[in-house]
Amino acid sequence: MMTYPLFVAQVRLENITKQFDGVTAVEDINLDIADREFMILLGPSGCGKSTLLRMIAGLEDPTEGKVWIGDTLVNDVLPKVRDVAMVFQSYALYPHKTVQANIEFPLKVRKVDKVERAAAAAAAAESLGLTEYMQRKPGQLSGGQRQRVALARAIVRKPAVFCMDEPLSNLDAKLRGETRAELIALHQRLDSTFIYVTHDQVEAMTMGTRIAVMSRGRIEQVGTPQDVYDKPASVFVAQFVGMPPMNILPPGTVEGGDHLVGVRPEDLQIHPTGAMSMIVTLVEHLGHEVLVTGTIDGRRVVVREPAGAPDRRVGDVVGLDATESGRHRFDATTQRRIDG
Amino acid sequence: MKKRRWRDAGLAAVLIGPSAAVLGLFVIYPLLKAVWLGRERCSNAKCSTNGWHQYVDAFRSNEFQDALVVTLKYALITVPIGLVLGIGLAVLADKYIRGVGIFRTIFSSTVATSVAVASVMWFFLFNPNIGVLAHYLGGVFKSPGLLQDSHTALWAVSASSIWANLGFTFIVVTAGLQSVPKDLYESAYVDGATGFGRFTNVTLPMISPTLLFATVVLTTRAFQSFGEIDILTAGGPAPTNPTTTLTYLAYGKGLPTSGDDGLRSTVSVLLFFVLLVLALVQFRGLDKRVHYGN
Repeated sequence: MMTYPLFVAQVRLENITKQFDGVTAVEDINLDIADREFMILLGPSGCGKSTLLRMIAGLEDPTEGKVWIGDTLVNDVLPKVRDVAMVFQSYALYPHKTVQANIEFPLKVRKVDKVERAAAAAAAAESLGLTEYMQRKPGQLSGGQRQRVALARAIVRKPAVFCMDEPLSNLDAKLRGETRAELIALHQRLDSTFIYVTHDQVEAMTMGTRIAVMSRGRIEQVGTPQDVYDKPASVFVAQFVGMPPMNILPPGTVEGGDHLVGVRPEDLQIHPTGAMSMIVTLVEHLGHEVLVTGTIDGRRVVVREPAGAPDRRVGDVVGLDATESGRHRFDATTQRRIDG
Repeated sequence: MKKRRWRDAGLAAVLIGPSAAVLGLFVIYPLLKAVWLGRERCSNAKCSTNGWHQYVDAFRSNEFQDALVVTLKYALITVPIGLVLGIGLAVLADKYIRGVGIFRTIFSSTVATSVAVASVMWFFLFNPNIGVLAHYLGGVFKSPGLLQDSHTALWAVSASSIWANLGFTFIVVTAGLQSVPKDLYESAYVDGATGFGRFTNVTLPMISPTLLFATVVLTTRAFQSFGEIDILTAGGPAPTNPTTTLTYLAYGKGLPTSGDDGLRSTVSVLLFFVLLVLALVQFRGLDKRVHYGN
């Protein structure tokens, strides 16, 4: 078993802005990532999350702002001195090198003694179940195995911070689920800081100790997965986290006032005397639950019902209620949360 | 099943026929004819056979051995230097900076220059009386001049050849470089590899198939080059003839092969086998070091 006595590796981003040829990819970001945290940068493609990660790893220079790792300002520090390892979406394994040579590479370029690096590679490979594949080339491995080689190459030099850029997105759904669990275990075992970029909210919810939800180059909300789910800070977060997404209803539909009301599908109840009236347009039986989709004044709404609920048919007009505790209020103009 | 195959044979013959006829007439027949002619000695359009032994005799002759050594030297000068320069320029130009397209155009322009034009240009550059090099640099470029000095003639012809082939190497290596995934460089960079480390650990192995291809093509070109030798030195300077390569020997101006179509064929066929062996050796020897993707 490998143990990693690590330095304090908190990462602090101060007013980070990144522009490419005048186009702003990341705008005025402030984020504190605690030592040994599993921080997820979550957002749709093009929101700037990968750019932010690449600035932490040293692959991009911020146009403005400061990147701190521990007590060191690393803006002008080369990646290799930052003590950061990166796992790429494509794994970026060297196809001409064996698994062993791939894992040893970061140590080799640091001129670590041959015997020592072979031992370190063997330990890293063993911890990820790769021992029997050491003499193979990446082309002879499955996607999941390649992904583990990329992880082994990252952990072999015991970095303070792991940066991961959508490392699971090339795996099939089953393997992705398994690898998620492995990554959580790896984080606990290594006890180091993980910064993980994804657009998959399931990965974000299951793995992160905290999530930073990003949109259009800005951070919308930072919080624990439960916080982000229970108290989304904006309409964007409300609709990005949760499946199916939260229903956002215009002012006056659910309750009085000039604010938007968001209600998750499980917080809506079909009831004969419901205050709202919905026309059913689609019924999806998922076994353990039923998703009933309909429209209220032409606006699409999804309701989640337990499996044993009465049968609904397309074209039915049903009454609908939103539980008081399940209502999220957002400003109609700023789209930000207004009820704390 | 068998019957049906025979029925299809007619159609197959019709479909293959035109290609086979063209190939037979313009490739296979001349090849066989050259091999046949290589047994003969000719003078004034009259040929008499010397038998297959002529190939052995020609191979053992001093003229052939000398030309073979010159050709090998010529290849050993032009191929490595051309390859290193081509890779160097391609790596320099493989950057996303403003104006790099102009350099790419300049570096690849020699591919569009004919051997004759390139050779005439170098002929004037090397000229000891009116040449730019002699004018500005003097020294070795002055009389008798690089092309007329038997110690430097081969190097001078090689310079012209390297220049003329640089565009080809540059384009091929640039294409190879562009197919290397950017992630690999970034990964190596984060892992701590220096620029040289990234070049040896990522660039060279990833473009190794391209380099093998370029090496084989450049070697074959070196063995077949004729235009620059004819224009710059005509195989000379006499009497040592330090630039008479195998191809020039097959041409035979002012040489024992002159006017003897039989002997020229002998040299040409021997050159063909030398190249065949060389290509096999290159593929066998270098193939193990080449990585062909996933």
